[in-house]
Amino acid sequence: MKPVIPMRFRPICLIIAILALTTPASIGQNYVVFDSIDQLQSYIEREKDATLVINFWATWCKPCVEELPIFEELNRMYDDQDLRIILVSLDFKSQLERKFVPFLKSRSLESEVVLLADQDVDTWIPTFDDFWDGALPATLVLNGKQRIFVTGSFSSVEELRKVVESLKAETPRFRSPVTCGSKLAGQ
Amino acid sequence: MKLIAPIFQVTLLFCAFFLISATPAQSPAGYVIGDVAEDFRLRNVDGRFVSLSDYKDPKGFLIVFTCNHCPYAQLYEQRIIDLHNKYAPRGIQVIAINPNSPAIVPEDSFDEMRIRARQKKYPFAYLFDEEQKVFPRFGASRTPHVFLLDAELKVRYIGAIDDNPEVPSGAKKRYAEDAMNAVLRGEMPFPNYTRAVGCTIKKNP
Repeated sequence: MKPVIPMRFRPICLIIAILALTTPASIGQNYVVFDSIDQLQSYIEREKDATLVINFWATWCKPCVEELPIFEELNRMYDDQDLRIILVSLDFKSQLERKFVPFLKSRSLESEVVLLADQDVDTWIPTFDDFWDGALPATLVLNGKQRIFVTGSFSSVEELRKVVESLKAETPRFRSPVTCGSKLAGQ
Repeated sequence: MKLIAPIFQVTLLFCAFFLISATPAQSPAGYVIGDVAEDFRLRNVDGRFVSLSDYKDPKGFLIVFTCNHCPYAQLYEQRIIDLHNKYAPRGIQVIAINPNSPAIVPEDSFDEMRIRARQKKYPFAYLFDEEQKVFPRFGASRTPHVFLLDAELKVRYIGAIDDNPEVPSGAKKRYAEDAMNAVLRGEMPFPNYTRAVGCTIKKNP
């Protein structure tokens, strides 16, 4: 049988294939748009084995934008299996092409970016924290049932890392239910 | 017996961890529905000091924590003007208060407030919470953030102006307006508390 592509062209084809597979990821930034909070919630559910850092931000929010490098730095400090960062933007969907995409292109962020376009904010805001009233930025650190919600910016990656580690440290032990005080009473 | 002490300590440590992480964030201090708001005295963009007691026989006040720089506050700017124009003749005045520290956001300085108020012909008082003592009393956390007071200065509504920051005509719920109508009818607004996205108030460290 005669090969479809002659042998001598094969290395070139291989290079083209590799380039085709690798370049799209490096051009610009991938993002997902969720129109409803349910879509975001099930997306978060999928990641329940890792520690999750969910940061709520927007391109129009100055302290949020200033804080992004801190999340990027944290992202580089951990393996993907151990820690996932999701940057949830609350930018307007109508400004996606005009503002959001150009911003992402200019930043080339490594963390995952999601645009949440659910307009019913009064309903979904308290699903992340009862006391959050919507001020940006805000960050939720999740690990199984453990959660810490932080409003306002982190001043350094160390500050953020301490919050993350305070959850990570206890994960394996708290997977099984532990009732505070029961052990003491038994001694 | 030697084993018991370490187990005891480790258990205590676990419990401490558990308690720390299980405790929800502290509720932001501030007025809750039904509280009587304390009067304040803040400088207006016209240079004069303004207090709630300056107004004769008010039916209420819509206190709006807002500022120059925040894009969300800017989106609501015209709506705040419209609310004042509609409700001031009926006895509910809008009072806008900029709570931000100009040391952090220079666009929110008193001079910049004066420029903005003149440009946009603000029909209401635009006050500067220079010492940042008034916004914590209310429990304001973002701009824009509104607090509706009735004639007795009782807090009747806390939250958003409406549910569509981007397109005013697309709002399905006009929370602030509904609440003002309720107060004018002598009724309790419902909902009396809503959440909304906004810019964090920039507080001096």
